[in-house]
Amino acid sequence: MLKIFKYSFFDLMRSRWSYVYFVFYLLIGFVLLFLNNDTSKAVITLMNIIVVLTPLIGTIFGVMYYYNSREFTELLLAQPLKRTTIFLGQYIGVSFSLSLSLVLGLGIPFVAYGVTQSTAIFDFISLLLVGVFLTFIFVALAFNIALSNENKIKGFGYAILLWLFLAVIYDGLFLISLVLFQEYPLDQFSLFATIFNPIDLSRIVILLKLDISALLGYTGAVFQKFFGTNIGIIASTIVLILWVLLPTFRIVVKAKKKDF
Amino acid sequence: MITIQNIYKKFGKVSVLKGLDLEINAGGIFAVLGPNGSGKTTLIKSILGMVIPDKGSITIQNKKILKTHLYRNNINYLPQIANFPANLTVTELLQMIKDIRIKEADEAALIEQFDLKPFLKQKLGNLSGGTRQKVNLVLTFMFDSELIILDEPTTGLDPISLIRLKEIIQQEKDNGKTILITSHIMSFVEEVADEVVFLLDGKIYFKGNITELKKQTNQSDLEHAIANILTTQHA
Repeated sequence: MLKIFKYSFFDLMRSRWSYVYFVFYLLIGFVLLFLNNDTSKAVITLMNIIVVLTPLIGTIFGVMYYYNSREFTELLLAQPLKRTTIFLGQYIGVSFSLSLSLVLGLGIPFVAYGVTQSTAIFDFISLLLVGVFLTFIFVALAFNIALSNENKIKGFGYAILLWLFLAVIYDGLFLISLVLFQEYPLDQFSLFATIFNPIDLSRIVILLKLDISALLGYTGAVFQKFFGTNIGIIASTIVLILWVLLPTFRIVVKAKKKDF
Repeated sequence: MITIQNIYKKFGKVSVLKGLDLEINAGGIFAVLGPNGSGKTTLIKSILGMVIPDKGSITIQNKKILKTHLYRNNINYLPQIANFPANLTVTELLQMIKDIRIKEADEAALIEQFDLKPFLKQKLGNLSGGTRQKVNLVLTFMFDSELIILDEPTTGLDPISLIRLKEIIQQEKDNGKTILITSHIMSFVEEVADEVVFLLDGKIYFKGNITELKKQTNQSDLEHAIANILTTQHA
């Protein structure tokens, strides 16, 4: 698996898009820090960008990589390799190179600004961690979609829909249901609703970490009340890990049965 | 060498292989022929484990191969469409496949034969279709394996490379290898193949040498013999 990972990673590291993505974060990082002059504000703005953008890039890159490397995957399938090895190697290769663009792109401006000496360092690290989590989650979801759809256009369509649903529509539905059922106790409902959306979940992890109750919103408040800050962070991290593991598990199952 | 027993495969509602039996002995060149959609590629991919049959068994050198993967170390496969990671160079790709196979490779002579030296440092994404097919051929023939499977090997090749390819195939045959070829170019098949396996409707319709096939259909060349089978079958 390491070999497949290595070569997928090298291939992507030389692709123009990895650099575009990297430079984009580099610019955002520098602009936010040096215009804002306040690391924790910059972290919040970055959070809003990261929770929407990393899933989008992860989904699109994941689907694109899968479809583009189809023939090459066929070549690998004819080698003495296990299917699990091939697909997990590619999955980790894509996720890792995207994560690297994110971590380096934001890391460089923050280190240059001297974040390592400030107290915001842990907030910043948790922000990057959440970004990495979201990348791994959405690349896995994208691979799932691509494995289940032979048709490229359909695959792309479903992937974009998935992102749109989790990033935008889900929150809307969530809000509507909160308003509609406001006479009922909604604590547990909102807890569960958050768990089923990795984007919401990551937002809450960061806000809990930053300890900005004004920005937590209803779900965040419920979360905090229910778990307390520390257990809240641990619980949501565990759920995020599950969000990575379950789709990855399905990649393995699906890949074993598929015809190429 | 290869024994295929009672293989069934359905894609959705379409049955492609319907109880196919085939025995291929070691040594020689076998051409797998058949009209479009007759299951040639499905058959080949089943042998390679890329398509998983619904029913039946495949053994290679007396070992059951379904759901295993190490047996592929002894197979060289040339896929129909050559498409590689765009950002790797030719040398890196060769290195990668050697890395995966853990087997002695001899690519220098092949690179010489196909005039690939000037392209070694170039990225695969920048190569023309024909050059990519040559890289594909080098990848296929650089290992010493007993079974060689070629899916439409002539696609995109210029006449010189085609001659080289025929020479290489002949060489491998003289070394006692078993070679499976699919092709729609009958003159190529007639020139290289010792035996023909004709697939029709998911089963083996004919297996034997080309002279027998011509005799059976009363035709003087292979192209017409095949056409004859198809028209009488579908009449």
